[in-house]
Amino acid sequence: MIPALVIAAVVLTASSGLLGLPLRRWPARAQRLSSAALCLGALVGVTGAVLALRAPTPPALALPWAAPGGTFSLRLDGLSALFLLPVLVVPSLGSIYGLAYYPQARHGARAIRLQIFYGLVTGAMALVVTAANAILFLAAWEVMALSGYFLVVTEHEDAEVRRAGFVYLASAHAGNLALFALFLLLGQVAGSLDFGAMAGLPAHGGVAAAIFLLALGGFGLKAGMLPLHFWLPGAHAAAPTHVSALMSGVLLKTGIYGLLRVTGFFEAPPAAWGTVMLAGGAVSAVLGVAFALAQHDVKRLLAYHSVENIGIIAMGIGLALLGRARGDPALVLLGIGGAVLHVVNHATFKALLFLGAGAVVHATGTREIDRLGGVARAMPRTAALFLVGAAAICGLPPLNGFASEWLVYLGSLRTALDVGAAPHPHFAVLGAPVLAFVGGLAAACFAKVFGAIFLGQGRSPLAANAHEAPGAMLAPMLVLAAICVVIGLAPGAVLPWLARAAAHWSGLPAEALAGPAAEAGASATRVSGVAAALVGLVVALAAFRRRRLPAPQPRAETWGCAYARPTARMQYTASSFAEMLVVRFGWAFFPRARVVPPQGIFPRRASFEASVPDTVLDVGVAPAASFLARLAARARSPLLGSVQLQALLLVSGLVALLLWLALGGSPT
Amino acid sequence: MPSLTSFLFVLVVVLDLLVLASSRLRGAIRTVALQGALLSPLPVLLATGAHQTIHVIALALGALVVKGLVIPGMMLRAMREASIARELEPIVGFVPSLVAGAIGVVAAFTLSGALPLPIAERHALLVPTALATVWTGLLLVVTRRKAVAQVLGFVVLENGVFVFGLLLSDFMPVMVEAGVLLDLFAAVFVMGIVMFQINREFSSLDTRRLSSLRD
Repeated sequence: MIPALVIAAVVLTASSGLLGLPLRRWPARAQRLSSAALCLGALVGVTGAVLALRAPTPPALALPWAAPGGTFSLRLDGLSALFLLPVLVVPSLGSIYGLAYYPQARHGARAIRLQIFYGLVTGAMALVVTAANAILFLAAWEVMALSGYFLVVTEHEDAEVRRAGFVYLASAHAGNLALFALFLLLGQVAGSLDFGAMAGLPAHGGVAAAIFLLALGGFGLKAGMLPLHFWLPGAHAAAPTHVSALMSGVLLKTGIYGLLRVTGFFEAPPAAWGTVMLAGGAVSAVLGVAFALAQHDVKRLLAYHSVENIGIIAMGIGLALLGRARGDPALVLLGIGGAVLHVVNHATFKALLFLGAGAVVHATGTREIDRLGGVARAMPRTAALFLVGAAAICGLPPLNGFASEWLVYLGSLRTALDVGAAPHPHFAVLGAPVLAFVGGLAAACFAKVFGAIFLGQGRSPLAANAHEAPGAMLAPMLVLAAICVVIGLAPGAVLPWLARAAAHWSGLPAEALAGPAAEAGASATRVSGVAAALVGLVVALAAFRRRRLPAPQPRAETWGCAYARPTARMQYTASSFAEMLVVRFGWAFFPRARVVPPQGIFPRRASFEASVPDTVLDVGVAPAASFLARLAARARSPLLGSVQLQALLLVSGLVALLLWLALGGSPT
Repeated sequence: MPSLTSFLFVLVVVLDLLVLASSRLRGAIRTVALQGALLSPLPVLLATGAHQTIHVIALALGALVVKGLVIPGMMLRAMREASIARELEPIVGFVPSLVAGAIGVVAAFTLSGALPLPIAERHALLVPTALATVWTGLLLVVTRRKAVAQVLGFVVLENGVFVFGLLLSDFMPVMVEAGVLLDLFAAVFVMGIVMFQINREFSSLDTRRLSSLRD
């Protein structure tokens, strides 16, 4: 029954874009129909996921399938069900947003193509997180990756978009290659390609280490962990906003799901795995947020924040792996709970932020933060919703980002205690200051974004012509903001589900995890409660003050610096605001600046341009790739180009194979 | 019936050698057409009780039409329209290629017994004929200069694959067999377009000139 709901959800969402096809002559109606089908599919799937979270045993289904080694088997344990929720909810909200943001009436065939692949990627993701067979998983993964490519290149007239699409496609294929090797190895060790047979593998020896490294490479590339994040900022900036929300919110999380699934197969993962994940996550988090600070394009900035949040999630996974290495159920719960809850939370607040940024882009026509300003006056609702998302991503209570980061904090601090068997990784306690540092930088970054976009005066005429977003764009944002607040206020309510996911992942008995779960939930709820009371107090005081103040206040430039005639261009820009912090990270950034300083007593022209290229892509991967391409072009000899010679090589290969078979080799 | 089947197989092998020896394109195409036509009754002749009669007859008729009529017809037409000269222009001379073909036939007959086949053989000559025909096709592709001759080689190769497919026709669903024919059809089609393009660009169908396309 429950797997049937999931299959129905997959079919409905995957075909939702095609449903609108016959109604092409009535574009608005066609788009509403596709969106309705997607939402209906999501609703069905979410029902299935919630039922699965309440079922006594994980519901499963296995049907025969013609593919070699493949069975069509689904399984909804705690992990799958929890991932299924954001995977379905975020795209359905995104498609409602698309009604106003990317109307078919205006964009025509391009919008139709977008909806087809939007539905397809949703269905494929739902299948990825529920598949219980490697072949089915890989097939769904491939569909997901390819649909993602077509979504990225929606605006393919732009050369920048095509480049971003190519980088995405190349990295997706590189990742797939690693995954094929990974599942072949797993299949060989387990003797079957069914996930059920892979549970409880021994985690020592070279093969297990190879599997872990392949998972880190293949899934890390999709998730965007730091050295492998290079495809992400370009793709997120190039895609239409509701696609960016989908990619950043949930597509990246399939990589996290894969990492969790594969590490969950092993009996007792060594402490080294946890250490690698924790360190990689910490680097990803710090550098991700530092890169974000240096961005001028609001969508690229949000994309780098995904790298940061993926880092926090990876730190959670690392803590859970350490917990399993030393047999400490509480640490496993805190790590997995923090990671999975942060997956859900990041999906909601990052989607909210992308949709909010998209509303601003829609209203003003620019993604450049330094050309905006004062937008809050024209778009007060968008500004308020964006602020909720910004506070959530900084990990401030009483919003949901706090709840998940709180669990990771608790986990980090717990590693200082000598609980359970050796090893005792005391260094992991350093995760707590790292998290605090990341939170501080994130707060600075969103102070910059919110201040430069929504507050102050408009820096260009574009900002002055802004208008409030239509209802179809505001409603999905409102829903996402509500989820942020609800999870933030009542984190205790979701902890039993997280405990269930942790139990299914680690194989520990559910009773061992229930105690720590209740404890962590209670503490998070207490902090959130206090914070909510404080926020309420501030709001009440502000309202009181507003009522007491005499009517219109004079308006002046922000940071007018006591000039007699300040202009909007004298305001702090986003770049100058962030500069103080960005220079500290010069060793990682290679910032490029072109400065024409003012000269003389009456300077005529002066200009300042700065940009921060992506270190990995622009300094590492792209030059290496073009070097390889040059090398390959040189290696191609004219002789090898002849058709006959190529055929001859083929023939020699075949004859050799035939002889080998005939002279005693065996076909197996 | 068994004697007729053996006779057909032997004839197919003889036609292999004839294609290798022919210096005229038109003659070679006719020979391949004849080979295809001779192959087409084989599904009926080799049928066991397990087969559905309609399926087998449809397969035979399909093979007759595609291999005996459509493909040779298309190739003759391509020759006419692209005004391809009649010579075959071998890279390796006719006598050496005939010798190579003969070696292939001998090797096919000796090796076929040693091959580990998963299925009991239908007919003693089936596997050697298939191997010899595939070998001939590959030889044609490698040793002939003209694009149209390579299509010819590909068609002969495909004939060999067809014979081999008969061995598996109990297991091979209709889809796969149709796929064999369709695949070939597509190949001829694509090569036709390619030939047309090469002819237009270089006023010649010599594939050596293709190497100037690189860079």
